[in-house]
Amino acid sequence: MGSRVATIEHLPRAKTPRTFFRRLRAGDHIAWAITALAAAAVLAITLLLVWELYSSSALARTKFGWSFLIGRTWDPVAGEFGALPFLYGTVVTSALALAMAVPLGVGAAIFLAELAPPRISDGLTFIVELLAAVPSVIYGLLGIFVLAPLMRRAGAPYGVGIMTAAVVLAIMILPFIVSISREALLSVPREQREAALALGATRWEATWQVVVPYARLGIFGSVFLALARALGETMAVTMVIGNTPQIGASLLEPGYSIAAVIANEFTEAVEDLHLSALIELGLVLFGLTLVLNALARLLIVMTKRKGAEQ
Amino acid sequence: MKTFPHALWAFVVSTSVAAQTLINGTGATFPYPIYSRWFSEYNKLHPEIRINYQPIGSGGAIRQLAFGTVDFGASDQPMTDAQLAKARIKPLHFPAVLGAIVVTYNVPEVKGELKLTPEALAGMFLGKIRKWNDPEIARANPETKLPAADIVVVHRSDGSGTTYVWTDYLAKTNAEWKSRVGSGTAVNWPTGLGAKGNDGVAGLVKQTPYSIGYVELTYAIQNKMPYARVRNAAGEFVRPELATVTAAAAGAAANMPDDFRVSITNAPGKQAYPISSFTWLLIPERIQDPAKRKALIDFLRWMLGPGQKMAEPLSYAPLPAPVVAKELKAISRIQ
Repeated sequence: MGSRVATIEHLPRAKTPRTFFRRLRAGDHIAWAITALAAAAVLAITLLLVWELYSSSALARTKFGWSFLIGRTWDPVAGEFGALPFLYGTVVTSALALAMAVPLGVGAAIFLAELAPPRISDGLTFIVELLAAVPSVIYGLLGIFVLAPLMRRAGAPYGVGIMTAAVVLAIMILPFIVSISREALLSVPREQREAALALGATRWEATWQVVVPYARLGIFGSVFLALARALGETMAVTMVIGNTPQIGASLLEPGYSIAAVIANEFTEAVEDLHLSALIELGLVLFGLTLVLNALARLLIVMTKRKGAEQ
Repeated sequence: MKTFPHALWAFVVSTSVAAQTLINGTGATFPYPIYSRWFSEYNKLHPEIRINYQPIGSGGAIRQLAFGTVDFGASDQPMTDAQLAKARIKPLHFPAVLGAIVVTYNVPEVKGELKLTPEALAGMFLGKIRKWNDPEIARANPETKLPAADIVVVHRSDGSGTTYVWTDYLAKTNAEWKSRVGSGTAVNWPTGLGAKGNDGVAGLVKQTPYSIGYVELTYAIQNKMPYARVRNAAGEFVRPELATVTAAAAGAAANMPDDFRVSITNAPGKQAYPISSFTWLLIPERIQDPAKRKALIDFLRWMLGPGQKMAEPLSYAPLPAPVVAKELKAISRIQ
């Protein structure tokens, strides 16, 4: 700011220096207005989205009420709709994917940020970021043609199913966890490490007991982003989950997810109630994301307090 | 530099004077290859008319047409009475071409063509016939040795006209299917895996030993997939091909209602392939804009004449002559 004001003061022949200067001071207000407008637009879009989902699903909401959430039948012909198998599929595939991807991803990030020589670290990071740019349909194809036959050999009755979807999701969210966690670890001030080492910690102790806790928030952030990605992933999941609205006894059995059923049935939903039920599923997915995000925030607050107590 | 805006202005004016009649349509994905061919060929013959078609699915098309946001629609299933009653713009149904659904399978032991009865098909898709060597399948295939393997049923997971025709056929030939599942673009499947699109079903069937699924005939022909002969209403096992599909439409033409809203699955006739269907263009009964009205009427006439000859190379079955004659008469109802 200071430098910009200085150059303007040194402008040799501004035609109307006074109004120009005044307008510039008003610039603060203009900037405030523009950025506030941008922030308000984000809020407005979100509210509009919720309102649209809420109002368009009126038919299904009034017909089924809260029992929509625990209904297990999805019958577009008879007009009976329940969301439970889809909720189950969405939550379980995402949870399993996180369980697989978080240890792997954070482990890789620690290695890349702390332990690997810079040249290897840069190369590997480039490859990891490349993975994030692969379209999801490619992961889906990989799932069908490579993973599903492997799963069938491993004992899954059909090859496709909840577990197969979870593995594909885990591979898809891994780059996000690695990339963002690595950035978080790299932004830990050098003094933190040096202090720990000076106190006699080994390299691993310094990393695990000082650097990782310091970068905790960034690592959590990467996990939440990965979770959001997993919850909403559509294409790859629908290709490998088996698309069967049931709650199977085994994780190897086929299932269905909310995003997948919306993508599958939306275009040809001819009956109004069917369409309305699909939109209500969208609302449920939004709600689920909200609840999980709130839980995540709570987790952060709790770990922060714990850190302060120590 | 100053002359440039003038030139630009002149360009804008000249193009708007020689204005094209732009007609927007939306609808089913199944007939998209033939429609896009037709619309581009027609544009070559009549450069002043441009027909734009978005294959967004039958459901969206019926809704958009009812609200009048498009000039015409296209659907793989006829609109129901309830939908027609609710629509602000009343459409007329015009069959455009014919399609068929074939039963494809992956049974490594079976090299030749399987013969399947409607009872066997419904039994498998209801989850009641579970093994490939079930007597219901074996009886129709005495020359084939069938394995005692479990059947894996694959169906479409996305809502589609293909599923509508398939379930319509099962509901017509099997009472239990009709009462337990019914017919629609998406149904509550008693058993099996879902896969997205024809390619998804084809891929999963190829990947999964002892599986059975259904895909569009065009897709099966283009991808050289094995498919079964199906027993028709006359008791013959008929191979699905363009001639037998057209035969199904000809068999149904005798009892064709005036609004063309008819299902031709399980059609009578020795040659008729039983899982066949029309795909319809939905044209509003009243079209305000005279240029658009004339363009659509001219196009329909062309489609029913020279247009039909383009169907076969793209693996669609052309309409039989009696249906074409009846449609040409029905065109006069567009006002």
